[in-house]
Amino acid sequence: MSAVIHTPAMPAAKPASRRRTLPRPARIGIYAFLLTAAAFFLLPLYVMLVTSVKPMEEIRLGHIFGLPMKMTLEPWVQAWSAVCTGLQCEGIQGGFWNSVAIVVPSTIVSILVGALNGYALSFWRPRFSNGLFLLLLIGAFVPYQVLMFPLVRAFASMSLFGTLPGIVLIHTIFGMPVMTLLFRNYYATVPRELFMAARIDGGGFWRIFVQLMLPMSLPIIVVAVIMQVTGIWNDFILGLTFAGREHLPMTVQLNNVINTTTGERLYNVNMAATLLTSLVPLVIYLVSGRWFVRGIAAGAVKG
Amino acid sequence: MGAVNILEQLDLAVQEGEFLVLLGPSGCGKSTLLHSIAGLIDVDAGSIHIGGKDVTWADPKDRSIGMVFQSYALYPTMSVERNMSFGLRVAGLPKQEISKRVERASKMLQLDPLLARKPAQLSGGQRQRVAIGRALVREAQVFLFDEPLSNLDAKLRTELRRELKQLHRELGATMIYVTHDQVEAMTLASRVAVMRGGRIQQIGAPGEVYARPANMFVAGFLGSPSINFVHGQLSGSGGDRAAFRAGAFEASLPREVFLHAPPANGDAVLGVRPEHISLTPPGEAHIPAEVTLVEPMGSHQVVWLDMQGQRLAAIVNSAVPPEVGERVGVAMDLERACLFDPRSEERL
Repeated sequence: MSAVIHTPAMPAAKPASRRRTLPRPARIGIYAFLLTAAAFFLLPLYVMLVTSVKPMEEIRLGHIFGLPMKMTLEPWVQAWSAVCTGLQCEGIQGGFWNSVAIVVPSTIVSILVGALNGYALSFWRPRFSNGLFLLLLIGAFVPYQVLMFPLVRAFASMSLFGTLPGIVLIHTIFGMPVMTLLFRNYYATVPRELFMAARIDGGGFWRIFVQLMLPMSLPIIVVAVIMQVTGIWNDFILGLTFAGREHLPMTVQLNNVINTTTGERLYNVNMAATLLTSLVPLVIYLVSGRWFVRGIAAGAVKG
Repeated sequence: MGAVNILEQLDLAVQEGEFLVLLGPSGCGKSTLLHSIAGLIDVDAGSIHIGGKDVTWADPKDRSIGMVFQSYALYPTMSVERNMSFGLRVAGLPKQEISKRVERASKMLQLDPLLARKPAQLSGGQRQRVAIGRALVREAQVFLFDEPLSNLDAKLRTELRRELKQLHRELGATMIYVTHDQVEAMTLASRVAVMRGGRIQQIGAPGEVYARPANMFVAGFLGSPSINFVHGQLSGSGGDRAAFRAGAFEASLPREVFLHAPPANGDAVLGVRPEHISLTPPGEAHIPAEVTLVEPMGSHQVVWLDMQGQRLAAIVNSAVPPEVGERVGVAMDLERACLFDPRSEERL
């Protein structure tokens, strides 16, 4: 046990002094490529950002890459609280709060439903559970547009059409296949003996789910939250169709701002409104990028 | 597990306070049997009684069982204390009773300093102790162990094995223990049930199963190195002794070797344990053999022999073990040998 054998397949740790101090050409090439790619993808964001803080006179000059000569935050204020979204001219703040009101319950409910489905499919294995799962997955590949009209009719008959619970239900339904897949695969990595031990300890369906499985699912819940928040926040067609006039999400209102056909096009206000709308997913990715990767890794390998 | 019948037909009665070990190779159905007793698998036919109560269709929690798993199966988000008390909290026991039981179990297993830790902060041995503690606090009638020591290293395994035996003596509870490790089976069991292909091959006290195996499978599964089988013929039996012949090897077997009256003639397999073979200087009285390999084990040596084409293992305890290539004489303690039918593999 104490003897250490060095073989070519098991090299000893190299001394630190042998580490390269100068980057190799290949390394330089990789960085050059990465920087170019980053610049390419960041360019539109840069244009939006500078345009949003320029006054209209400056925009009319046509130097879209130029830095603003006279910086102003007026377009942002206007976009938030004064721009016309259709008939009302109260900015897109209403849309922001509508989106929050849709995203928060939809994310929570869809994740809970997905986790519950995944838990039931992996541990309780009901009869035909594989068939049920397959059916659910097929659901993920059916285009929204096909289902739109039947769903509108069905929701109208249940007087859910155009209501907040209605749009939450819609997002839950459309999120269910992917959420179920995510949680089912995560729970597949949990040793079955854990579930058996909890059964012997007297845990029932709900207790094992709430007290044991949900607390264990934190990494995958983070992934699910990121997916659902960005997905639902960026949704346009479902919000437009099902949310009703009172609850139109931010994306729909943004479209109303930008696609207006009357008057002068206020590019700076449009850019500010667009940036405001995309702020939530942007922040989520920036804050949780590390978690996102960790969550995927945690689900992928048995730990 | 599909539609395969894993346990073909099985009758098993476990005495109160007994330590029964189910021993067998992987896939022999021993874990399936244990899971059926625990209620984690539904049985297709038959019934299970615990303490005189029919629990065939009872929920696992209502069977008065505690179970310990191979992978520990500790709840990763709960502390040691909460792991142990989970079942009691589910059952809705008063707080005082819960802490009393947890305290007693943790004292028994020396877990007191670890109560606040999470499973991830424990070593393998500690984790399995917690798992045992979690079963103990249930104060069940029957404790089930599903290969609890298989994930531990050799030293810890020996240690925990001794602790388990001690625990069984202190509690006097019924324990059913599944393993594929014959050493665990021999040391722990008050009775061993050797299983193969979903059937119990033999059940009895470890010493008895070892000394008088019911068939060739049981004989070969127990013991390390495993029993030597010498294929040959029986002839001229009658009276007190029977002659066994395998090539140049000839032996006269006493009547006690046989389970039943020996068949007069026919093929037979002689089973001799390595420790019942002793080496002598080559001579007329003993069968000549050549040493092909010597494995020093510290306390003894395993000597592999070539006896006229038959490979034999012998355990010798000698300060001067024989050398490879040396010619020796083989003496067998035939009173302790067994004879088997080569076709049915049953003991003759």
